[in-house]
Amino acid sequence: MPRIVGIDLGTTNSLVAYMKDGRPCVIPGRTGRPMVPSVVALTDNGLIVGDSAKEHLTRSPERTVYSVKRFMGKGLADVQNELAYFPYSLTERGGVIRITLGEKSYSPPQISAMILRELKQRAEAHLGESITKSVITVPAYFNDSQRQATKDAGLIAGLEVLRIINEPTAASLAYGLQNKTQGTIAVYDFGGGTFDISILKLKNGIFEVLSTNGDTHLGGDDLDRRIADSFLDEIRTASHIDLSTYPDHMQAVRLEAERAKIRLSDELKTQIAIELPDGKGRYTRELTRDQLESMVMDIIERTLTPCRLALSDAELAPAQIDEVVLVGGSTRMPLVRRRVQELFGKQPHGDINPDEVVALGAAVQADILSGGTTDMLLLDVTPLSLGIETMGGVMSSLIRRNTTIPASAKELFTTYVDGQTGVDIHILQGERELVKDNRSLARFRLKVPPLPAGVPRIEVTFLLDANGILNVTASDMRTGQSQSIEVKPSYGLSDNEVEQMIEDSFKFAQEDVAARKLIEARLDAEALIVTTEKSLSEGARLVAQDMLAAIRDALTALTAAKGGTDPKAIRARMADLEQTAKPLSVTLLDDSLKRSLQGKKVTELT
Amino acid sequence: MDQHHTHNTGSRDLRMARSMCWHCQSEMSGEYFCERCVKVQPVSKETDYFTCFGLPRRLTIDLKKLEAKFYEMSRAFHPDFYQNKSETEQTISLGNAATLNTAYRTLRDPIQRAEYLLDLEAGSVKDIRTSPPSDLFEEILELQETVEAYRASDRTSETGRQLLTRLVAERQALDQRKQDMEHHLQQICTDWDALQDRGEATSQARTERDRLLKQMREILSNRTYVKNIVNDLAATIG
Repeated sequence: MPRIVGIDLGTTNSLVAYMKDGRPCVIPGRTGRPMVPSVVALTDNGLIVGDSAKEHLTRSPERTVYSVKRFMGKGLADVQNELAYFPYSLTERGGVIRITLGEKSYSPPQISAMILRELKQRAEAHLGESITKSVITVPAYFNDSQRQATKDAGLIAGLEVLRIINEPTAASLAYGLQNKTQGTIAVYDFGGGTFDISILKLKNGIFEVLSTNGDTHLGGDDLDRRIADSFLDEIRTASHIDLSTYPDHMQAVRLEAERAKIRLSDELKTQIAIELPDGKGRYTRELTRDQLESMVMDIIERTLTPCRLALSDAELAPAQIDEVVLVGGSTRMPLVRRRVQELFGKQPHGDINPDEVVALGAAVQADILSGGTTDMLLLDVTPLSLGIETMGGVMSSLIRRNTTIPASAKELFTTYVDGQTGVDIHILQGERELVKDNRSLARFRLKVPPLPAGVPRIEVTFLLDANGILNVTASDMRTGQSQSIEVKPSYGLSDNEVEQMIEDSFKFAQEDVAARKLIEARLDAEALIVTTEKSLSEGARLVAQDMLAAIRDALTALTAAKGGTDPKAIRARMADLEQTAKPLSVTLLDDSLKRSLQGKKVTELT
Repeated sequence: MDQHHTHNTGSRDLRMARSMCWHCQSEMSGEYFCERCVKVQPVSKETDYFTCFGLPRRLTIDLKKLEAKFYEMSRAFHPDFYQNKSETEQTISLGNAATLNTAYRTLRDPIQRAEYLLDLEAGSVKDIRTSPPSDLFEEILELQETVEAYRASDRTSETGRQLLTRLVAERQALDQRKQDMEHHLQQICTDWDALQDRGEATSQARTERDRLLKQMREILSNRTYVKNIVNDLAATIG
């Protein structure tokens, strides 16, 4: 079986990991850092991803996408009240958000796919083989649409997603493997954009999730916003400048707020400095940890309600939790650690890197799927109840939240009118009584043979697979015939659209490879030109004039080719130049060798 | 496992239905895996949850043993271990794992377990309609009035506070009643198990069996009734 990598596709950063000799490890990039900022920017040279894209946040904010995870599986109405915070333009088509970059618009799965492709290439470069299969993590509280969108992103990036796994449970796999833990643990996962709490029972290699809860719109981003808003208010009062009309400065303020927050995890106070537009000077202040904590206290408090609900669903008291594991960058904040400790009455574990543990766990799950690890098994649950719409706009629950997956429920449908040929079914996810308060997942029309009312008996099976993704099948109880169902997602890309995007992305990948080859050829040519010019200046006196002229001609030809767009031509001219300049390099080498030997006795050389 | 099938008339058909391996078509004697080609076999739709875990149809269950068996079977059926297998095997593993999870969830909880057993065994008592005992019914009616009065009252007023105190006391009383019912149910469950263990086929035993099932049904339905009232009450007074 080909290798399967584990990917943490985060709001702020993403990582890829694999299993090496029975231990999961993250794959570093060229700079040695394993984290790829989840940022995509459109530049004059095309789309770029990661660290280099992050630099464009303040340079061209309207063309730089960050925190795209917040839009996965959502419609525009879902994010209406935070639109003002994003400098890039959002629209909606077919129930799916679209992000405008230059002349084109991209769905969140397409943007996520660019990040995934970056990770894929990184893994391929590191492992020296083609990577086509993956396990990708999602917040435990992600609904069906958000999971499906993540799966689509993988497909678009050319990565088959063998399993969608919940972030806190992934973390528990890595943690449990490392510490050989047994007992009941709580995983508190506070990331860049989402919050999850999962309670698990670990016993003899079985990781059984007892309950999970969370908020898919609560994370470090919200803390940054709160801090940034206070800076903006102060700037407005003191300098009478409304920075909200300056997208680049808004980004600078957001990044400064994030940096201050991070610094205040280690320090008690920090200096803030923000350049103001139009030569209005700069805004400076001191921010103390106490001030920061009182600013964000209520946001941190919002994480505690899901914790209490998860405990209650698991029918456990805080004292019955043996260990508390912290995951996600936001858990570095001392305030978060303090509040978690107060709630559970014990010191949380911080001996694992909260940024990497999710990716490591994904690698463990990948190894389980490929048959490497056989003694560990994760039994996860669905975070949200699944149901269908019934008379009067009420949701009737079919699979309750915190049910172990895979889970299935069967429902028998019949007709109310003679000769009726279809029954419309509306699938929902959520905990509220009324349809309108829950999340619409999908609709489909059940085909029924025209018979007297009440005679048809169609059994519909709703199956949540091990990814927490819904599959629907139906069969006619009278004939035993099964029927295929075309489910129309309420907030998702259609199969056709995904196919089109895979095609586009393939083209993009090819263009990408071509662009990469050109850039590399140009860089190599540049290096060769520099060394040849150096040799010329040093060795002109050592070789014949006609040879010098030949080298200069080859040099001019390479410089011309480098200005073009054909990497093959550049490589050909480079070969010419190397060939022509070879006698010069050899002469120079001899010369330097001779000089280094001068004044040395023969005995010293042996 | 045969000795536990005293009431399961379908057990013979059940074995007939899955006596052949879907893959190698050989006669099967293995329970979940074909003994010849070792392919996973679908759990039959007719297999009840007790049989699924190799348990007798009893209402007292050793939860530790149930969990151990659940973990063992999860290791056998979970889709994680079928990634490299054929599509048919993957589908079977998915279906089996879903059934197993439902079976475990049902048997783990004493209330759901009793309700499930009733569904299996009901027969003659299936259509018995139950209504809450009249004293409980009157109590609830009175309680509803208090709830309405509380909702309409100014909660910070003296009357509001008095009503709240009454409701809190009512909730405690109802909680107690629910616990008493659960205790009673436990007793009936023990009686049921004892009757099954004796395995008598007399008419007296049949009468006893129906009496126990009927009692079980009544308690379960009254308990649900009280539980819903308590939940509503909790939502009102917080």
